[in-house]
Amino acid sequence: MKRPSTLAAIACTLALGVGVAAQSIQINGAGATFPNPIYSKWFDEYGKKNPNVRINYQPIGSGGGIRQVTAQTVFFGATDGPMTEEQILAAPGKILHLPTVLGADVPVYNLPGVSGEIKFTGAVLADIYLGKITKWNDPALVKLNPTAKLPATDVTVVHRSDGSGTTYIFVDFLAKASPEWKKRVGVATSVMWPTGVGGKGNEGVAGLVQQVPGSIGYVELIYALQNKIAYGSVQNLAGEFVRATVQSVTAAAAGAAAKMPADFRVSITNAEGKGVYPISSFTWLLLYENPKDKAQSKAMVEFVKWALSDGQKFAAELGYAPLPAEVVKMELAALAKVRVS
Amino acid sequence: MKRGSQGDLGFRLGTGAFAVLVVAIVAGIGAVLISESWLSIQKFGLGFWQTTIWDPVAGDFGALPFIWGTLYSSILALLIATPVALGIAIFIAELCPAPLRMPLVFLTELLAAIPSIVYGLWGIFVLVPAVRQLEIATPQFLKAVPLFSGPPLGVGMLSAGLILAIMITPFTSSVAREVLKSVPIEQREGAYALGATRFEAIKAALFYARTGIVGAVMLGFGRALGETMAVTMVIGNAPQVSASLFAPQYSMAAVIANEFTEADTELYLDALVEIGLVLFAITLLVNVLSRALIWSMTRSFKKASTPALMPAGPEAAA
Repeated sequence: MKRPSTLAAIACTLALGVGVAAQSIQINGAGATFPNPIYSKWFDEYGKKNPNVRINYQPIGSGGGIRQVTAQTVFFGATDGPMTEEQILAAPGKILHLPTVLGADVPVYNLPGVSGEIKFTGAVLADIYLGKITKWNDPALVKLNPTAKLPATDVTVVHRSDGSGTTYIFVDFLAKASPEWKKRVGVATSVMWPTGVGGKGNEGVAGLVQQVPGSIGYVELIYALQNKIAYGSVQNLAGEFVRATVQSVTAAAAGAAAKMPADFRVSITNAEGKGVYPISSFTWLLLYENPKDKAQSKAMVEFVKWALSDGQKFAAELGYAPLPAEVVKMELAALAKVRVS
Repeated sequence: MKRGSQGDLGFRLGTGAFAVLVVAIVAGIGAVLISESWLSIQKFGLGFWQTTIWDPVAGDFGALPFIWGTLYSSILALLIATPVALGIAIFIAELCPAPLRMPLVFLTELLAAIPSIVYGLWGIFVLVPAVRQLEIATPQFLKAVPLFSGPPLGVGMLSAGLILAIMITPFTSSVAREVLKSVPIEQREGAYALGATRFEAIKAALFYARTGIVGAVMLGFGRALGETMAVTMVIGNAPQVSASLFAPQYSMAAVIANEFTEADTELYLDALVEIGLVLFAITLLVNVLSRALIWSMTRSFKKASTPALMPAGPEAAA
């Protein structure tokens, strides 16, 4: 009932926009907050080189990005968790997932008097977050860290209270490592936590962990680095205990590249390969393969090409890992399918 | 004469239209909330108010922990803030030396101007650690009482109640102060004339102003119910129904703010909107109850004290 008038309004706005600025192209997007720092940097840098293209990005969250791109109120979306089959079916056209950079979650903790990094496995992290491991000197933790002199204090579990891609990556990893987690809790941007307290945002979790002795939480790598919070290494599929670094996160994507599905909707947590950090993930742009506005489409494709090549060098300084070359190659091939005329 | 009455009519219709507009806006908000949460209303019905499961993965939603958390934290804030706010109001209106009055008014009202995110940050870095020390210092025998049970986390109901109390104090105190100022001077003069002490005279003024003061308290309560950002930063965000002041809990406004952006299914979104509807309904209910309370007070006041007041009129005071 409402649709025709809304469409008419949008059409009028578009017509006006074209009339006023015949030369310059404005593209609107919305979605994930996690890649917002690098996206802002990209749009800014790209805008300097191409003053006639203006890209607006609203970091409203992955869920919001998927909703808005489905409703076609924005030209492109962005998400930290790939769209579900259900969501893809609900969209009015075929949507392309394009990985842009990689990020990682790290387990942070506050253990006064314990020096050296703590080692975790996925199963142990899952048991902590399931509320089954409640003391730091639990046999499972002592076995992994025989020299660490773990105290007999209670474990205070801290998680995100807001829905977040950071949470999605973390629980996706837990679900792969623990069948019980998969069955009891599942994977989503917010879940029903069996235990613990919620902090709002990465900064909320980091703040709680820094204040409560005996606490454990998970944050994006960049937050742990910036706030100088101790974070542990995590065992990967190859059995190595790996710390999150730009290299070990990129390695996770390289390991997954061989088995990359054509639509790029792939989870690379717990990826195979040597030197791989297991709590890593892509973050994606969402583009229609056949968008209505071909001028915007052309500009957007040019931008994505730039982001996948020159843009990648901004990743490391902002705490993201650049895409491996194989993945970029596959994406450029996929990008050729986007209709620009 | 005729022109004048026409002007009156226009004025009446104009202002009437604005009054109708307010009613229409409230009704409109209610209607939109209902239509936007229809999936959830249909699926969960009244169970939504009573169940404690909030599982976005399984698509199972119940609002009880959030309703509980909102009411608990707001009532706690009311209990802490009301005596303090009334104390401030009485001191400023009745007892304060004149040169101190303006600075005090300014400072209490400054509290109202601080953005809630700033309160939240202050809560995380100052209030929560202090509350944690208090919780650690709580003797063991007290911890056996459900009201004080649980590990010393700092974040939780007590921190939320305290921060809300600080936030609503300026609202309650400034309205109460204005109400006290509007008590006719004859009331006090009458009391003094009858030989009342200062304390008794203030008591009489408070009694006279009591409907306004209840209104001031309810205004604070309304603020506390809807406060979002500061609460979510210190309450611990764990959806559970617990009597403990030390337990992390959750509130309605906080869960909407936290989860709205990432709500990825229709049902999830509708459930969040229905939380908004519940909050709207509870706020409305609180307002209606406070209206009813004030109304019944004014009525009993008129009934009971009008005859008693008659002799204490100007003639008697003179």
